[in-house]
Amino acid sequence: MIFTEEMLQSMRKVEAAREANIKYEPRRMTAEEKDALLKQYHPDYKKSGFSTIHIGPNKGEKAPVELVDVLEGRSRVMDLLINPNQIDYDVDVLVIGGGGAGSAAAIEAHAAGANVMIATKLRIGDANTMMAEGGIQAADKPGDSPAHHYIDVMGGGHYVNRPELVRKLVMDGPAAIKWLNELGVEFDKDAEGNMITTHGGGTSRKRMHAAADYTGAEIMRTLRDEVFNRKIPVLDFTAAIELLLDDKGNAAGAVLQNTETGEILIARAKCVILATGGAGRMHYQAFPTSNHYGATADGLVIGYRAGAKLLYQDTLQYHPTGVAFPQQIFGALVTEKVRSMGAKLINSEGECFMHPLETRDVSAASIIRECSTNGKGVSTPSGGKALWLDTPMIDMIHGKGTLEKRLPAMLRMYLTFGIDMRKTPILIYPTLHYQNGGLEIGADGMTNVKNLYVVGEAVGGIHGRNRLMGNSLLDIIVFGRSAGQQAGARVKDITVGKLNLDHVVRYETERQEAGIDSYEPSPRLFPNYTRNVINWRKL
Amino acid sequence: MEKKTLNVYIYGKKYEIPAGLTIMEAMEYAGYRLVRGIGCRNGFCGACATVYRIKGDRELKACLACSTTVEDDMYIATLPFFPLVKEPYDIEKVRPDEQIMMQLYPEIYSCVGCNACTKTCSQGLNVMQYIAHAQRGEYDKCAEMSFDCVMCGICSARCPAGISHPQVAMLARRLNGKYLSPEAVHLTERVKEIEDGLCSEAIEALMAKPIEEIKELYNNRDIEK
Repeated sequence: MIFTEEMLQSMRKVEAAREANIKYEPRRMTAEEKDALLKQYHPDYKKSGFSTIHIGPNKGEKAPVELVDVLEGRSRVMDLLINPNQIDYDVDVLVIGGGGAGSAAAIEAHAAGANVMIATKLRIGDANTMMAEGGIQAADKPGDSPAHHYIDVMGGGHYVNRPELVRKLVMDGPAAIKWLNELGVEFDKDAEGNMITTHGGGTSRKRMHAAADYTGAEIMRTLRDEVFNRKIPVLDFTAAIELLLDDKGNAAGAVLQNTETGEILIARAKCVILATGGAGRMHYQAFPTSNHYGATADGLVIGYRAGAKLLYQDTLQYHPTGVAFPQQIFGALVTEKVRSMGAKLINSEGECFMHPLETRDVSAASIIRECSTNGKGVSTPSGGKALWLDTPMIDMIHGKGTLEKRLPAMLRMYLTFGIDMRKTPILIYPTLHYQNGGLEIGADGMTNVKNLYVVGEAVGGIHGRNRLMGNSLLDIIVFGRSAGQQAGARVKDITVGKLNLDHVVRYETERQEAGIDSYEPSPRLFPNYTRNVINWRKL
Repeated sequence: MEKKTLNVYIYGKKYEIPAGLTIMEAMEYAGYRLVRGIGCRNGFCGACATVYRIKGDRELKACLACSTTVEDDMYIATLPFFPLVKEPYDIEKVRPDEQIMMQLYPEIYSCVGCNACTKTCSQGLNVMQYIAHAQRGEYDKCAEMSFDCVMCGICSARCPAGISHPQVAMLARRLNGKYLSPEAVHLTERVKEIEDGLCSEAIEALMAKPIEEIKELYNNRDIEK
């Protein structure tokens, strides 16, 4: 048995209380209770995790310490001899990033008749989209409406979401699901064709559509297949290390670099769509992460240097249920769908201490409180604490075989390491999951830098200061498609001037004037987990 | 926890690795800062297909490096890319009939039934069986059986008939999702309602409200049971 004696003892309490905990309906917290909890326990409120940005459009504002380091790092082009007008690729639309948002944008720009190319630093599909498990929201069921969805999104985001972006998200949501379904995405349906939908944390209606617990993977592989069908060129293993502007100051391409050979390639484009995703691999506040290996905030860095503004860069999402044990998958995601299906959060004493479907920020803060102040966590070998997610409840509530059918990826992940979550509860703790903020866009998807669009997790403003489950898969499709359509339609009227990297040179001057002497190559592109760099296994 | 080091041979070179690490972590422990053959690190993306053999064992095994714990005397070689055959098609023009497989992936009819694909699948899928369903045009069954495929390509690397199983299954799933599964009528209707402007007024009204009123609405909203 791989569990420790302390875990086994606590597990017996969880088992003894299971029947009663299934029947118990914990109340939801009041708005005041939630505010107080967040202020005391959510990592976003931990002052030492943040520092002030010294240069650039958001000078004077706060951002995570690790993000400030890369925003103020040294551009990778500074030490290279680059002629930005020696063009290797000349396209209408350059999409940087090969996840769900980038792929959706590329497909729509191509459908609009544009000449499109995708550049991505790993392979197309190696992205957080692939790892999104639980579902995608959209208000398409009777009894639900975009207005209901709008209120949920605003409340979950603490009312600072950009209303015009929320409107777009909820109004274009059903059409996004239909588009995916017509591309062949296999949503879970009943025999009549009705979508099988569940709740997510903070939703008022059951509008979470799913493809088992491979929802993101199913969406991603279908979009990737469609990109291939359309013969859209994809430069895999090619990172964008800076944007290029033209002499009018408009976005007009990017400096690309082969991640293996180091070769520099210049791409000229009439529109650039940044789809570089999130930042979990920055390990803010030393949290583990559920994110993809390439989630290092590259787009924020290169967009910022080109003059694009950040919005809510100081707010991150910690997913309440990251794997706390076993160590091999420390920080990996346990989908919220596990709680949507009825599993409750239980402390070391076997007590159900909170409603399982509060919003993610509230749930994460509540778990942190239970493990710290309340002292009801279970010790893990990594030196941390964890709580139970009582997964055997699912088959007890819905019947034997339900967990296997609806959560096959979760079951497989745990079985690989010798844990059968149908029979034993699992140990969880919050994990760095999502970048709530990012680059600011208008309803047309464009930043303050002309012809520079941003889509997906690199955008700030859609989700305010906290995103709801299932709204990220939705936003990558809604905003990805929209940016692709708009860029695709506009390129015929755009002429590109001479390309330059003057903004990078100016930024370097600003850096020096501010007394920043860091040589940290930026963007980071990949984390470094080699033994000589990290305290092994703490991250 | 066990504290012990293991002999692990990465591309033939021996490293001493602490027990309990995954193959991917072992490579990082050894000093590799990976730029290929790595993705989600959690069994979803299929980027880290790896073959290995334990010293003295005749069987060549395959796995995902992120989801497999290292063993003593393990020889590993990663497969960061495998040339699968992907035939382009127009999803709007194809139909879920037997002809389409015949046309795009005729090699599936050369399957010799060796079952190497199933034996090697990193996800434990019955690959040969889903290919059999594809041969017969039973795309719903092929889709269901192949659903957990991460397209790592190990099956194809072992196939004597040159079949690109993950791509065959990808086609079957898209055919099933688009043409065979029943239409979600409520979805079609809601999209039309939105297009006809029937939902706009409610949204505009919300957008015009001061935040205090939105807070009231949120805090007092009814939550579906």
